[in-house]
Amino acid sequence: MNAMTSTLAAGVTITELAPTTRIALRLADPATVPGLSLPTEVGARSADGSRTALCLGPDEWLIEAPEADRAAVLATLAGISAPHSAVEVSDREITYALEGPAVLDLLATGCPRDLARMPVGSGARTVFDTAQVVLTRETDDRFHLTVWRSFASHVRALLDLAQRELAAGL
Amino acid sequence: MLLIYCPYCEQDLPELEFAYAGEAHIARPADPAALSDEEWRDFLFIRSNPKGVHFERWRHLNGCARFFNAARETVGDKFLATYKAGEPRPDADALLASPTGDAK
Ligand SMILES: [Zn+2]
Repeated sequence: MNAMTSTLAAGVTITELAPTTRIALRLADPATVPGLSLPTEVGARSADGSRTALCLGPDEWLIEAPEADRAAVLATLAGISAPHSAVEVSDREITYALEGPAVLDLLATGCPRDLARMPVGSGARTVFDTAQVVLTRETDDRFHLTVWRSFASHVRALLDLAQRELAAGL
Repeated sequence: MLLIYCPYCEQDLPELEFAYAGEAHIARPADPAALSDEEWRDFLFIRSNPKGVHFERWRHLNGCARFFNAARETVGDKFLATYKAGEPRPDADALLASPTGDAK
């Protein structure tokens, strides 16, 4: 078993994902970006091959891509002529994959949002026990939780505790 | 839990994602140097603090991060309406008279 993965009987797996390229993009008009399809509805996420763009706010996107695509993504962003801000935040955050039938119960221990209403393929910035996180719903019972590195050990400890409580039937 | 309708996210979302940001519709004087000390004090510090409908700024801090405005009834803590920054202030009496009281 991967040392970063913990699995218990209740069927929720917590896995720290490998590093990936992340870009925080701010700009007024998403139509001005050639080579990237940016959704305009807050929470919507587009996928273009292995690249994804999640609309976090009316003028803000989180772009994720495998590390092998980093140079290509940066080249695409360098082609934007409209005023914008594109900041690489790859190393700022850690992403945990949370998967299993009890994943909504696990997240409900720290997140006040009604995540049952979050459509598969969408996401949002929200909170987990006062730490700001970005959640994306990958499948019905799989979420990715992305959190700033300095808060990650706190969030991970709470997730591990909740996972054990769920496994114990609490 | 109190739910607040974010006009940018277009959803009712938990209050824990939001931050209060003071009274709304207070315009910064165009020429601060022309103001008396009393006028400048009033701009900085003096607020209406009504019992009833209060127009106030909120920020969807742990969400879309936008500032927006809300009309909240301060006795029952009920949000009567929320609207995007820059939009005109709705009529307080009309908000109170609306049958549902939650014009979105
Ligand atoms: Zn919002």
